[in-house]
Amino acid sequence: MQSKRLIINRFKCAYCGACISVCKNNANELVETFLRIDENKCNCCGLCVKVCPMNALSIEEV
Amino acid sequence: MTEYDVVVVGAGPGGSMAAKTLAENGVKVLMVEKRQEIGSPVRCAEGVSKVELESLVEVKKSWIAAEVSGAKIYSPDNSVIVLSEEQAGNEVGYVLERKIFDRWLAKQAAKAGSEVMVKTSAIGIDKKREHLVIKLRRMGEVFEVSAKMVIGADGVESRVGKWMGLDTTLKLNEVESCVQYLITNLKYEMDYCHFWLGHSRSPGGYIWLFPKGNSSGNFGIGVMPSMAKEPAKVYLDRFLNEVGIDTSHVVEVVAGAVPVSPMEKASTERCLLVGDAARHADPITGGGIINAMKGGIIAGKVAAEAVKNNDFSSKFLSKYDRLWKEDFGKTLERNKILQKKLLKMDDKTMDKLIKSLSDSNLKEMSITGIVKELIKKNPKLLWDLKSLFF
Ligand SMILES: Cc1cc2nc3c(=O)[nH]c(=O)nc-3n(C[C@H](O)[C@H](O)[C@H](O)COP(=O)(O)OP(=O)(O)OC[C@H]3O[C@@H](n4cnc5c(N)ncnc54)[C@H](O)[C@@H]3O)c2cc1C
Ligand code: SF4
Ligand code: SF4
Repeated sequence: MQSKRLIINRFKCAYCGACISVCKNNANELVETFLRIDENKCNCCGLCVKVCPMNALSIEEV
Repeated sequence: MTEYDVVVVGAGPGGSMAAKTLAENGVKVLMVEKRQEIGSPVRCAEGVSKVELESLVEVKKSWIAAEVSGAKIYSPDNSVIVLSEEQAGNEVGYVLERKIFDRWLAKQAAKAGSEVMVKTSAIGIDKKREHLVIKLRRMGEVFEVSAKMVIGADGVESRVGKWMGLDTTLKLNEVESCVQYLITNLKYEMDYCHFWLGHSRSPGGYIWLFPKGNSSGNFGIGVMPSMAKEPAKVYLDRFLNEVGIDTSHVVEVVAGAVPVSPMEKASTERCLLVGDAARHADPITGGGIINAMKGGIIAGKVAAEAVKNNDFSSKFLSKYDRLWKEDFGKTLERNKILQKKLLKMDDKTMDKLIKSLSDSNLKEMSITGIVKELIKKNPKLLWDLKSLFF
């Protein structure tokens, strides 16, 4: 069971693709301005959170 | 299933130059771009070297936003090196309007005979024995095309390399996380490019201002996520506030990432990578437009030869690696070493170095020119760089 989740703040996201470049698991995709996360692939490693220039990502406990 | 010789993924400067070169060589090529508008949204500060750009394309007024007559580099304590007109022009010179530039380049590719599809993402590649099956998604519809090989010009988000077996995932110390505001009514010295150094205000990166004409300019920052404690935007906002820049006239926000760690191999069986996808941006400046264009041309030529000889082996295609290394690869390698040195340097030492140049008459405005001068003035501090630059 996943106890963590990657949360996107779409009001902050500038759809820049920085987060895509660091994801080892190919768990994210930028579709034009919409960031998609494949929750089956995302292991909540948090690397994309660190690279995001806009502070639009966070890992939250669920 | 439509058959192509080569599919180019991504219509940035790298992809368009590759597609153009291929089409000019009579190769059947398709360039796909996932965005609906080529060149937009912009992810760039848009500065390029005049000399380099003019050697690659015929310059059009419609996509030049401004010309700069010099550059100023500020140390952490704001000592400054001024590089004036006759010395400028190597690292910077033109500030582009990339929305127009990128589209113009794509049109050149189309004019030469390349097919172009926008709002079309490459979403996977199936490797068959005699060809590739490239899966595309165009406005929601998934379909396949076949190609003898693929050129991945898909920028920092690149997946083509990974699908083809080249690991291009960036680590947190191999990328700059960037944000930039296009500010208008800017009261600043606007015929210069400005660079502010120092790890306290931009950890592992720098802050820039590139003029875009009519008192507007790109004010931006790059930070290295492995060193930064906060997101890039926080550092930029803090700096603008500190130096008293009026941010009530921001007409565009730009964000993005640049790879700043070159890789050994940008080719494998049936695949070449160009531009940011191949990590061809400069580790010191983060500039990647010129290398993307150069790499695109080289990749286009090598791929055209591969088609002609019907040889798509990694051995044949490694010719591409040899050629880009001979061209700009050496500078990438050298600047990577320089970058490592700078990343370890504290702000006090950087102040000292910049001060040592305050009365120098620098002959060329380039990394090489500045570093050579720095080594001359600070031989003890920079002894380990000497062999790289002299
Ligand atoms: C803030 C910032 C400032 C910069 N400033 C400068 C500067 O001043 N000077 C300079 O020289 N460089 C600068 N750079 C770097 C420069 O922008 C890049 O090096 C350059 O754009 C690389 O060109 P490219 O063709 O490799 O990739 P890009 O221009 O990024 O193009 C890649 C294209 O591929 C498309 N794509 C991605 N995946 C797919 C897919 N699966 N299917 C279809 N299409 C896809 C993307 O939508 C994109 O259009 C800056 C970068 C940033 C982030
Ligand atoms: S890095 Fe941040 S701003 Fe950029 S696309 Fe990802 S979530 Fe959005
Ligand atoms: S948290 Fe890790 S695995 Fe999940 S999308 Fe971000 S980088 Fe990829």
